Amino acid sequence: MNRKIKALLDWIRTGQEVFNGNMSVRRVWNDPARVGEVSKEEHEEHISLVKEKVYDEENNSVLKRRAAAYRVMALIFTVFFAVVLVLTVSYMPPTGEIYKPDNNEVSARYLEKGLEETGAVNAVAGMILDYRAFDTLGESHVLFVAAVAVMVLLRVDRESKNKNRLGMLDLEDDTMYEPHHDAVLQKVAILLVPVIMLFGIYVVLNGHLSPGGGFSGGAIIGAALMLYLNAYGFERTEKFFTEKVYTRISFCALAFYALAKCYAFFCGANGLNSHISKGIAGHILSAGLILPLDIAVGCVVACTMYSFYALFRKGGF
Amino acid sequence: MTVFQCILLLFLIICAVAASLSKNLLNSVLIFMAYSLIMSVIWMLLESPDLAITEAAVGAGVTSILFFVTLNRIRSMFKNANDKKKKEAGDESEDQSTP
Repeated sequence: MNRKIKALLDWIRTGQEVFNGNMSVRRVWNDPARVGEVSKEEHEEHISLVKEKVYDEENNSVLKRRAAAYRVMALIFTVFFAVVLVLTVSYMPPTGEIYKPDNNEVSARYLEKGLEETGAVNAVAGMILDYRAFDTLGESHVLFVAAVAVMVLLRVDRESKNKNRLGMLDLEDDTMYEPHHDAVLQKVAILLVPVIMLFGIYVVLNGHLSPGGGFSGGAIIGAALMLYLNAYGFERTEKFFTEKVYTRISFCALAFYALAKCYAFFCGANGLNSHISKGIAGHILSAGLILPLDIAVGCVVACTMYSFYALFRKGGF
Repeated sequence: MTVFQCILLLFLIICAVAASLSKNLLNSVLIFMAYSLIMSVIWMLLESPDLAITEAAVGAGVTSILFFVTLNRIRSMFKNANDKKKKEAGDESEDQSTP
């Protein structure tokens, strides 16, 4: 121990490396002064031998102790949190009881006056896109910001993309794993993609009448786009969905959402007569702003899901 | 109905535990997918079809696909095939060191 401290102090004072001459992990084969001494393969073999020795859990007591402590701590941690969560749940009131604290006048108002005030048959759509539309605006922006963050992290810039195409850079690309013109996948996709797409559009457009809405419908459309991309490759999808299309659709949808809700809030707060009629409940063109807002949210979600996938796959569209 | 719900909840717990205990990451993601599907059926039984649709589309669909792509990216989906490829390419062996 004393020797180690002395060596450390020496190293601090003189700046001389302690292990100089005793141990080396430098790339000797790369060193022009020592060329021909050790080949690259030999060097790597030595490194892997050292690593096997150092990280050998059975003989390295420090690693062994650390692994055991890690397991015990993980177990204690998990059990502790499981107990805390189960205890918390046991104090919660049972589902569907009348005296539950969330059975208050707010939800009663939503259910009783919702159809009258928002014009939406689906109470959930009336809640999230009318009473609490501001929350949904925030959620759409969270998705957009997430997509932007993924883009910042994973996007391959245009210069290196061009270089990669010319074979100057060896960028990691997973297109080698992807099946090229897989007949089964393409036939299945040609049958399924239109159906899934139609279902997604149906869910978006009927958000105020039946379960669903912008978010779930958009996710379904995004899944259809992903399936199409998997079956036909990036060449086909890049014809209609590029980065420019993505930014334009997202910006227009979010801006439309914000402006429409600004108008609604302005009218509501000042007691003005909104020019958007509620329509007849149950019709497709009803419920005022809910249908266009659903479409806007659906556009943002579908584009974002697809762009996540495209960015994860190859760092671009 | 309650028997059905109990079976579903049991499956849910089994899936949650199995997903965290599975050694293979690909299996974990598949189990997680099953978890989401069961969860969406439970949402349906709890009379919230909106959540059920969202859970099925996002939880079982999009999230799992993104997990698959990530596993492919970090080279742990087809581990052996990639190791072989790596050895052939003569890559640095340093980035595989996991204590």
